[in-house]
Amino acid sequence: MPSIVKPVVTHPSLQRNQLGLTLRDYEGSMSTLCAGCGHDSITAAIVRALWEVSIEPHMLAKMSGIGCSSKTPAYFAHGAHGFNSAHGRMPPIATGANAANRELTYIGVSGDGDSLSIGLGHLCHAIRRNVKMVYIIENNGVYGLTKGQFSASADTGSKSKRGEANEMSPIDPVMLALSIGATFVARSFSGDKDQLVPILRAALAHRGFALIDVISPCVTFNDHTGSTKSYLYTRQHELKATEVDFVPPEKEILATIAQNGITSVTMHDGSVVQFKSVPADYDPADRQKATAYLMAQQSKGVIVTGLLFVDESVSDLHEMNRTSHVPLSRIPYENLCPGSAALQELQEDFR
Amino acid sequence: MRPTDVQNPNYYHKVVDCQWACPAHTNVPEYIRLIAQGRYTDAYMLNRESNVFPAILGRTCDRPCEPACRRTRVDGKPVAICRLKRVAADLRGEIAHLLPKIPDKKNGKRIACVGAGPASLTIANDLLPLEYEVTIFEKQDKPGGLMRSNIPAFRLPERVLFEEVNMILDLGVDARFNSPVNSMRDLLSQGFDAIFVGSGAPRGKDLEIPGRHDSERIHIGIDWLESIAFGHTDSIGERVLIIGVGNTAMDCCRSSRRLGGKDIKVMARRPRKYFKASPWELEDAEEESVEIVINYAPKNFVIENGQLKGMDFERLEWDADAKRSQTIDTVFLPADDVILAIGQENAFPWIERDLGIEFDKWDMPVVNEVTMEATRPGVFFGGDSAFGPKNIIWAVEHAHQAAISIHNLCQGIPTSDRPPYGMNLVSQKMGISEWSYHNDYNPVSRQKMQHVDLVERFEQLNIEVELGFTAEQTAREVERCLNCDIQTAFTGPRCIECDACIDVCPVQCLTITRDGEEMDLRTRLSAPALNLEQALYVSAPLPQTARIMAKDEDVCVHCGLCAERCPTAAWDMQKFDLLIPYAGKTACMTSCIPA
Repeated sequence: MPSIVKPVVTHPSLQRNQLGLTLRDYEGSMSTLCAGCGHDSITAAIVRALWEVSIEPHMLAKMSGIGCSSKTPAYFAHGAHGFNSAHGRMPPIATGANAANRELTYIGVSGDGDSLSIGLGHLCHAIRRNVKMVYIIENNGVYGLTKGQFSASADTGSKSKRGEANEMSPIDPVMLALSIGATFVARSFSGDKDQLVPILRAALAHRGFALIDVISPCVTFNDHTGSTKSYLYTRQHELKATEVDFVPPEKEILATIAQNGITSVTMHDGSVVQFKSVPADYDPADRQKATAYLMAQQSKGVIVTGLLFVDESVSDLHEMNRTSHVPLSRIPYENLCPGSAALQELQEDFR
Repeated sequence: MRPTDVQNPNYYHKVVDCQWACPAHTNVPEYIRLIAQGRYTDAYMLNRESNVFPAILGRTCDRPCEPACRRTRVDGKPVAICRLKRVAADLRGEIAHLLPKIPDKKNGKRIACVGAGPASLTIANDLLPLEYEVTIFEKQDKPGGLMRSNIPAFRLPERVLFEEVNMILDLGVDARFNSPVNSMRDLLSQGFDAIFVGSGAPRGKDLEIPGRHDSERIHIGIDWLESIAFGHTDSIGERVLIIGVGNTAMDCCRSSRRLGGKDIKVMARRPRKYFKASPWELEDAEEESVEIVINYAPKNFVIENGQLKGMDFERLEWDADAKRSQTIDTVFLPADDVILAIGQENAFPWIERDLGIEFDKWDMPVVNEVTMEATRPGVFFGGDSAFGPKNIIWAVEHAHQAAISIHNLCQGIPTSDRPPYGMNLVSQKMGISEWSYHNDYNPVSRQKMQHVDLVERFEQLNIEVELGFTAEQTAREVERCLNCDIQTAFTGPRCIECDACIDVCPVQCLTITRDGEEMDLRTRLSAPALNLEQALYVSAPLPQTARIMAKDEDVCVHCGLCAERCPTAAWDMQKFDLLIPYAGKTACMTSCIPA
């Protein structure tokens, strides 16, 4: 535990967003994670992204399960709604919440244990349903909360703090998501906010389920020599396949920028994601090519980062199910529950 | 940018804004912490080491430290450093046993000081422990110099003045009162090994306009204050005009209020923001119903039948930056007395000009700013007599430097040989998330000094107006100090660039970024570093990415969270202790931390 709460004092030139809020207004309580934890940097990136898009904190719902990662929603946006679910059960709870109220913005924060072991099935179905939410996997390759056992994302051959090598093959959330129809797939690194913040902004603008796998070194159990998820290893093996700029809908895109081999994807809300310095053999709009590229790089031991795949054409949960545009909480009770007579009538149809 | 050289004591010293701004470099944060711990005697002695007169300065200092205070940049108001000094002085215990020990044996060197003000007394304080014999010549019958004659008793009670002045005289000074020095030639012939001139700037400037010499009711400010201090003046007319708006003018108007003045106006030529008086002195005067009138230039005195009737003023209209003015009209203001407080000058009629002591074109002695030595070896100047009117704390610092020079001279070392400053840096880490200083930021606002009731304070001339801080006020005010001496020290090779420090910093001081020239770098930080007077602390390239760590010192609140959230102890909070050399004590022999 830190000795003090982060002082309320701020820098005199602290800027305000469109809502008149400062970055500090999107913070939460003090982190109780280990000093130097990658998760705290991701928290800071989320704080910045939320501030930049000027989201109203009360229109945000923070969803999580169990694990070090799942503690982090407490550390940002103290004015938001939140639900800390049972282990691995965050995707169905988020799906339910989204089904009931599509007006909120959903941010799920999970970890490699929560999402790739106990909650793997739930994650897959949330991806398939294209639930509109940002889903962040804070991926450190170990179970930090239970003293550093290998998780399902630990690379084969990666060494534990005690020196033992992992023998099982890893589940790569990015490859998994691409293979089951995910519509927004990204990978980033907690130590690179310049990359992570625009990806988060793009994810918030995405039409459906936005998966962001963030390599987030565990300073206590997985930041040593031999680990493939340490700060140093990630920096040495990272390849930025794409660099993105996020252009909010209200900003006009200058024609000169739109040229010069920059690929642009218009998001559902009218904002634009511009891809810069994409390798020639890579197309973030082509699932097959993206998958092939990632597999090729993976076999060379390269950690590919960036916004790797986007498809804005797929309907989300509500569009597929043709459900109410109005949150259930605002639908009059008589309409929500028309009574036993109406039920009788419905049942008659099935006889 | 070049990595910051933190081996040079000046770097961390400059971070401690108050200490850097103080001419005598008093260790402010440390004495404030001592007060917080209730260690008033230690706080007093720590002050005394550098500024010699804590009780006097705690009431009268010009406070160069306060405008510099970091707290001003954080929440608008500086820590009440000066009044906390008074707290230490008011509440201290017995200190006789802590004062310098004066050996019975003497080294045979005799030093003469002219004037018994703060500068000469500091010379005695520094040199008596080194076996010197110090003789002070004073024209008045009491010591204290301008501290006595020019600072009214309602700001500095005689008891307080006496106590600290006698503390030095009792060390064994050969003090000769009623002994004006009328001839430097004569003094030089008396065989002293060194002569220190600390005679102040005793001549008030005059205002030569028509009628000036036609009435006895026109006074020179500092002479008039002196005549009050020595009991020669005890009344004034009801309508008083004070010409000038410096701190002497403030003392004159408030003294007038106590001697019978009812309608008192301070007349200023220029708008308020160009006033020389300290803002707090202006406030204190206005609290006592003194009217401050701006844009009035004195034109002439109006005298009828040998009696002062008042003065004519030209009403001025100034341009935007108050450089040029136009006269609007002429206005008559009635007055029974007029006090001229438009500045002071040095006067050395007693120094013959053929002794090798050079004077410049303004008739000021030519004095070396480092050694305080005149052009004639063995003659030194300090305080107001050296470079014109400054203040008490400068006089003390001049004298500390002159004492080093005199000690060098007497040992046959060149006076230009200056002992270096040193520093100590000690980690304040006590354990995980545990520091040996109180690191939390306290948002409490500056405590307001309580004053004696507005009727009661005028009953006698010597009722001290400021009551001092209460225990509760002291407890709150000490927590406003940001502990700027607890430095953020960075060890680059340990950094793993996890961003924890950057994320946790409440005031966006820290950035990891690619290297660049300073002016470019200042624009690329977490928050732009626009205050060019505050340094950037820049590391060498970091191990993993060869980027650099940059810290903008400007508004760091020294909360220590960067060090607390650092997994590798690349950041640490280390207490900086500036080791100041004094006469006979090299920096490594001084220690500012009382045991």
